[in-house]
Amino acid sequence: MIENRPGLNLLAHLTLILGVCIVALPVWVAFVASTHGPTDFMSGTIPMWPGPHLVENYSRMLGGGLSTSGTPPVGTMMLNSLIMALSIAVGKIAISVLSAFAVVYFRFPLRGLAFWCIFVTLMLPVEVRIVPTFQVVADLGMLNSYAGLSIPLIASATATFLFRQVFLTIPDELTEAARIDGAGPMKFFRDILLPLSRTNIAALFVILFIYGWNQYLWPLLITTSSDYYTIVAGIKRMADAVDGLPQWHLVMATAMLAMIPPVVVVIGMQRLFVKGLVETEK
Amino acid sequence: MASITLDNLGKIYAGGTRAVGGVNIDIADGEFIVLVGPSGCGKSTLLRMVAGLEAISEGQVRIGDRVVNETEPADRDIAMVFQNYALYPHMSVRQNLAYGLKNRGTPKAEIERRVGIASDILQIGPFLDRKPRALSGGQRQRVAMGRAIVREPAAFLFDEPLSNLDAKLRVAMRLEIKELQKRLRTTSLYVTHDQLEAMTLADRLVVLNGGKVEQIGTPLEVYRRPASAFVAGFIGSPAMNLIDSRAVAHLPGITDAGLVGIRPEDLSVSPDGPIQMQVLAVEELGAQRLVHGQTGGERLTITLPSDGPIAHDLRLSYQPQALHLFDRETGKRLDRAA
Amino acid sequence: MKRTLFRNQLLPWLLLAPQLIITFVFFLWPAAQAVRQSFLREDAFGTRTSFVGFDNFKALWSSAEYMNSLQVTAVFAISVTVLSMGLSLLLAIAVDRMIKSARVYSTLLVWPYAVAPAVAGILWWFIFNPTIGIMPYVLSQLGYNWNHISDKGDAMTLVVIASAWKQISYNFLFFLAGLQAIPASLREAAAIDGAGPVRRFFDITFPLLSPTTFFLLVVNIVYAMFDTFGVIDATTEGGPAQATNILVYKVYFDGFVGQNLGSSAAQSVVLMMLVLVLTVIQFRYVEKKVEY
Repeated sequence: MIENRPGLNLLAHLTLILGVCIVALPVWVAFVASTHGPTDFMSGTIPMWPGPHLVENYSRMLGGGLSTSGTPPVGTMMLNSLIMALSIAVGKIAISVLSAFAVVYFRFPLRGLAFWCIFVTLMLPVEVRIVPTFQVVADLGMLNSYAGLSIPLIASATATFLFRQVFLTIPDELTEAARIDGAGPMKFFRDILLPLSRTNIAALFVILFIYGWNQYLWPLLITTSSDYYTIVAGIKRMADAVDGLPQWHLVMATAMLAMIPPVVVVIGMQRLFVKGLVETEK
Repeated sequence: MASITLDNLGKIYAGGTRAVGGVNIDIADGEFIVLVGPSGCGKSTLLRMVAGLEAISEGQVRIGDRVVNETEPADRDIAMVFQNYALYPHMSVRQNLAYGLKNRGTPKAEIERRVGIASDILQIGPFLDRKPRALSGGQRQRVAMGRAIVREPAAFLFDEPLSNLDAKLRVAMRLEIKELQKRLRTTSLYVTHDQLEAMTLADRLVVLNGGKVEQIGTPLEVYRRPASAFVAGFIGSPAMNLIDSRAVAHLPGITDAGLVGIRPEDLSVSPDGPIQMQVLAVEELGAQRLVHGQTGGERLTITLPSDGPIAHDLRLSYQPQALHLFDRETGKRLDRAA
Repeated sequence: MKRTLFRNQLLPWLLLAPQLIITFVFFLWPAAQAVRQSFLREDAFGTRTSFVGFDNFKALWSSAEYMNSLQVTAVFAISVTVLSMGLSLLLAIAVDRMIKSARVYSTLLVWPYAVAPAVAGILWWFIFNPTIGIMPYVLSQLGYNWNHISDKGDAMTLVVIASAWKQISYNFLFFLAGLQAIPASLREAAAIDGAGPVRRFFDITFPLLSPTTFFLLVVNIVYAMFDTFGVIDATTEGGPAQATNILVYKVYFDGFVGQNLGSSAAQSVVLMMLVLVLTVIQFRYVEKKVEY
């Protein structure tokens, strides 16, 4: 800092502590609620400190779930979420890295058209065209399947653009050296391009995993069989069901469980996460 | 090992711009040819056409007796050293050297043998398992050369391989390349914009300007008998003095040719010399000094031994046979006999 | 633009095929269907469909409900953007002052990015629950009777807070990156020129931050308009009395719950146009970088 002003530094610390508290408040409240028994909510307001029922609530949700809401055990829903998130992340990366390779390293007729077809997907978030997309997936018989949960979400202009950007920064000489070394296009792709894009792929993976895990509307619509419920979509069904009969401690335990995997990914891989976030947007 | 022939080679870009035209060069087996010229003269384009990295618009490239116009770079039996080295950053030095051989299905033992030989020649043995980013500029340069050597190609192509090095290292590597080529006797085509590098390395120089060959010859031929005013000005440092003949028409040996050239070292101080020069600035180089001045409104540079004081005005003389005459319109050399 | 290219003609199409097929089947085809359906209307029994031209669009334009939804979306998007960006900027400036503790604070501020909008909705819904939530309790001590189930303003406040909360980490990260990209020498020069911290912020930092601010402005509006479906569905479901029925929610609701396919399709088409405009703005201005 330019000059040392203890007053300003103190103010900054206070602002940040307040900010951290605001950011953490809803999760703290949810955590506290998830450690209490059902009767603790009858008194009128939520308790502010954790209660003794943590293990009991969480193991009940992971193993058995809330049968009255028609949702399967949270463990099953988390597994479904994991499958969906991984399929989306891996699928998006795979198809984008291939198409970016095609667009950057080849010149072929209608290349511009192909590029535009990918580009327009930027303008078509699934929420915007939800009804006809649902119809297509229903017509293809992909309701209640992992394919239906993931494939429609894996086309992404963002990821393609990111890889295009990365490839454009790889020096031409490297391609030329590889050509002189006798590497054909696919060999070049596998031996040079993929290894050089490793960190970009990892960073993108973090972002896409969170994106996939946090999907809500799509799984809500296309899963009618509880076998395929994902946790983020399932939690709402659970909350709806408990509206009459408050099972807050269990709903909040589920909310905590829904948050843990992506939050752990963000905190554990903060550097990759920030890199991915900045790259996908700029 | 092979000869390389460029037969009326030309390059026209998609927009219609001509980069190179009518280039004829016969490179003998084992010869070291340097393509030299200012930036944009087409020397890199020419090299890249030989490498197969740039499509050939007109003419032919032959390596040995094979026309390679349509041959993939990998099948031309050449190896290339790039300006920025183009080492694969994620592979170790050893993997970098082996990659081209591996792609050709060379047996493992043979790859190891050749990598061993190359690393001995270039003394890069200690770095074989390092990544390129852990190497210094000079070491990377050696690895890039190693990658060319292990291939045992018919020809080496060098694209300004020394321009990313600092001055001192450049001189050292220049010598190494020269020695290496002498030892391996591999036909080499080397591109540079540095005339000193060109002079010191080449068996023969090809001076290019505006996509055309100005002169082909040994370094001394080119230095002593530049074929055009451009070559005269480009080759040699300090550059040759080029003066409009009308300004010095009264001097001995001058015809109304157009341009008169004389190298700075061919002018000497003598009390009754025919040229009177007013001194403007002196650059001390240690062993000698460059004296810049003017005569009759024309700039003139001479090299003098660096001892004693310098007068404000000097009288200079020269041997008439040291003069070079060039045509005013075409810039071509005019032989004195004519 | 690459200087070196591979010559194959078939291979690039094989490489593009997966992406193009998925794009066509799940993006372009449904979008075309939306456009087609927006010109059709089904009768009450769903047995006959007829071409009605721009009637669905005209109906939207004269529908008080749709106009209300437009207005609600505008209020919602602006509130979320201003609240979230304001708080994030404040936090980013504070962290930018820190040297040792910057990383710790950053970590403590970025994780809400990972929370799903729907889950964020549930969390805040719980906090604001009129019977057992802590916020209504605190507010009642202050003399305010909170009830987002019946009060329109309370409902809007709830979805704005939940949506803005979720976006703070994103904005914070970009503001912090933007602040750290401003050369220290500029602020030092201003300090030598006699500008105090507040003056320096308004004269130097904020103008140089304008590319980031503009970029975030667009991103936040897009976020509030299209990515907050989960927040709305988990909390107010568009109510009470349409008070939080933003455009994306209405598309879904009219299409799936109301079964009014023609109108829903027409709304989809309007939304696609909106995304198109926002995308173009983003490309035009972000590419050029807003700087003075």
